Amino acid sequence: MTLELRNVTRLVGNDIHIFPTELKLADDGFNILLGTTLAGKTTLMQLMAGLHRPTDGEVWFRGTNVTGVPVQKRNVSMVYQQFINYPNFDVYENIASPLRVAGVKDAEVKKRVHAVSDLLRLSAMLHRRPAELSGGQQQRTALARALVKDADLVLLDEPLANLDFKLREELRDELPKLLAGRGCTVVYATTEPSEALLLGGHTAALEKGRVVQFGPTGSVYRDPANLSSAEIFSEPPINRMIVHKEPGNLVAPGGERWPLPATLRDVADGQFILALRPHNVTIERRHEADVAMAGQVVVTEISGSESVIHFEMLGTTWVSQSHGVHRLAVGSIGNFFADLDQALFFSPDGTRVKGGA
Amino acid sequence: MNKTINNRAWFLVVPVVALVAFNALIPLMTVVNYSVQETFGDNTFFWSGVTWFEKLLRDPRFHGALGRQLFFTGIILLIEVPLGVAIALTMPKKGPWVSVCLVLMALPLLIPWNVVGAMWNIMALPDIGLLGHTLNALGFDYNYTRQPVSAWVTLIAMDVWHWTSLVVLLSYAGLVSIPEAYYQAAKIDGARPWAVFRYIQLPKMKRVLTIAILLRFMDSFMIYTEPSVLTGGGPGNSTTLLSIDLVKTALGQFDLGPAAATSLVYFLIVLLVSWVFYTLMMRNEAQ
Repeated sequence: MTLELRNVTRLVGNDIHIFPTELKLADDGFNILLGTTLAGKTTLMQLMAGLHRPTDGEVWFRGTNVTGVPVQKRNVSMVYQQFINYPNFDVYENIASPLRVAGVKDAEVKKRVHAVSDLLRLSAMLHRRPAELSGGQQQRTALARALVKDADLVLLDEPLANLDFKLREELRDELPKLLAGRGCTVVYATTEPSEALLLGGHTAALEKGRVVQFGPTGSVYRDPANLSSAEIFSEPPINRMIVHKEPGNLVAPGGERWPLPATLRDVADGQFILALRPHNVTIERRHEADVAMAGQVVVTEISGSESVIHFEMLGTTWVSQSHGVHRLAVGSIGNFFADLDQALFFSPDGTRVKGGA
Repeated sequence: MNKTINNRAWFLVVPVVALVAFNALIPLMTVVNYSVQETFGDNTFFWSGVTWFEKLLRDPRFHGALGRQLFFTGIILLIEVPLGVAIALTMPKKGPWVSVCLVLMALPLLIPWNVVGAMWNIMALPDIGLLGHTLNALGFDYNYTRQPVSAWVTLIAMDVWHWTSLVVLLSYAGLVSIPEAYYQAAKIDGARPWAVFRYIQLPKMKRVLTIAILLRFMDSFMIYTEPSVLTGGGPGNSTTLLSIDLVKTALGQFDLGPAAATSLVYFLIVLLVSWVFYTLMMRNEAQ
C-alpha cells in the first residue's frame, strides 16, 4: 500500500485546478507526473504532500487517511526546480536543518549528514554557503536535505530543469540509484517525455488538471489510452490528421486514398483521428507499404545525427524525424514516407480505437 | 574579437566630464577654496591654512549639532527600519489589495518636503492643531515650540511618517522576489514563523535592506527642509541639526570660511560612514 488519491479535487475560487482524480501510486520505482506547464503537476504534488488540502476527496498513505494531516507531520520531503537552500547556512547546516527541527541529537546528525553527503559527493564542500556552489552542487545539497530525513514520500518537482544538460544527465543517472532501496515512495514531475522514458517506473500523463492515463511508463508510451495521453508523450509533437475510413481504404482530407492499415481492419467505417509519431514519418522509404506524401518544407532542424523537418501538407503541419543529415530548403517540396501501420487511431472524441490486428 | 585601439573614443566621455565638473567638482572646489581662506568682507582673501578646521573641531556648537544629528539619525534608523520591515511583512503578496497598499505607502513619499514640514507644523499647534490639541486634551503637556522634548517627538514622528514608506517599499520588493518554494520547503521542514523570517526572509532581503539603511542614513543625516519649516531648529537650539547649523553659519552670519569647513567635514562624515557600512555589508555577502 502506498499513496492513493481518492476522488481528490482542488478548486481555487471558481477555477478547477485538479479535476476529481483517482490515482494509486506504485511502491517501487519512480512515479512520474508528465505534462506541460500548468498541467497541474505541482498542484498534484502539493496535494500529495499535504501543503494544500484537497477541496474534495481523500489522500491515503500506507493504509491511513492523511487528508487533514499537515505536511510537518507527514515525513515528506520535496525538491524543487529552483535550488532551495537556506542562504546563510553552509552545506552541512543545510543538510542538517530537517534533523535539527526534528530534535535529533548532534552525534546522530553528524553521522547522517556525513553519510548523505558522501553519497551525493558533497563531502568536500560541507563548509561552503549555497551561493559559492555551482548549480549542480546546490541541487545536490537540496537533494541531500530531502534524503537525510528518510522521508516516506519524496517529491521531486522538475529537479533537473534548471541544470545544464551535462549535469542533468549525470544526476538523472544517479537519482534512481540514490532513491532505490530506501523504502520511500518517489514522485517525479517533468515536462519532458524523454526524461520519463529514461527514468522508467510508472507515468501519469497530465493535461489541464486531469490524469488522462496512469500505468507503467513504457506501456503509457506505446499504448496511449487517448489522444491527450499520446500528445503529452510525444516530442516532437505527434502528427494528427482527420481521416475517413471506407471499405478497404483510408481517405485523407484532400481525397487521396491510402491502403487501410491492419489496425483498422475490423472497425466500423467512419471518421477517425490518425496520430503518428514523427519518427514514423521519414525522408527515406523504409517499408514497402509506406505511404508517400508530398509537403512543403517549413522548418528544418538538424541535431547532429537527426533531421527534424516540419512540412505543410493537406492544410496541416506535420513533423518528420529521420536519421542522418538531410538539408531541405525552406519552401521546397519534399517527399516523406509515413508508416501507417504504426499509426494510432482515435475516435473524434479522443478515445483510442483498437482494431483486432 | 580583437580589441581595436581608438583614442578618439575618449571624446565621447567629454560631455560627462564637463557635466560632472560643472555640477560637482567646481562647486566642491569653491567650498574647498573658502575653507582655507579668511576674508574681511571687502572681497580680499587671505590664506589661513587649516585654521577653520582646527577651530571647528574644538567648537562646542559644532559638537552639539553633530551630537543632535547622530542622535536623530540613530533614532530614525532604529524606528524606521524595523517598522518598515514589519509593515512589509504584513502586506498582502497578491490580490487586489496589493496596489491599494502600495499606493497608500507611496503617498507620503510624493509630498514635497516643505509641505510635510508645514503640515506637521500646523497639525501639531497646541491650540488649534489636530494633533497638538488632542494631545493636550488627553492631558499631555505638549508644546513643540516651547519644550525640547515635544519638539523632538514631533520631529521624529514627522520623519517616521514621511520616510518609513521607503523602507516598506524596498523590503516589500525584496520579499516578493522570494520564490514561493522557499516557504513550502520551510513548511515541509516544520520551521516556525520566526525561523522563516530569520533564515529565509531576512537573508533574502539583505541587499535591499542594505540600500534602504544607506538611503535612510544619508537622507536623515542631511535632513534640512522639514525640521527647518517645523521648528526652525528651536526651541533654543534643541533641534538644530547639522544642516540647520550650517545654514545659520553660512547665510545667517556670513562666516564663509567656517561654513565651508563645516560643509567639508559634514560631507566627509556622510561619505565615510556610507562607504564603511556598504563595504562591510558587501564583504559579508562575498564570504
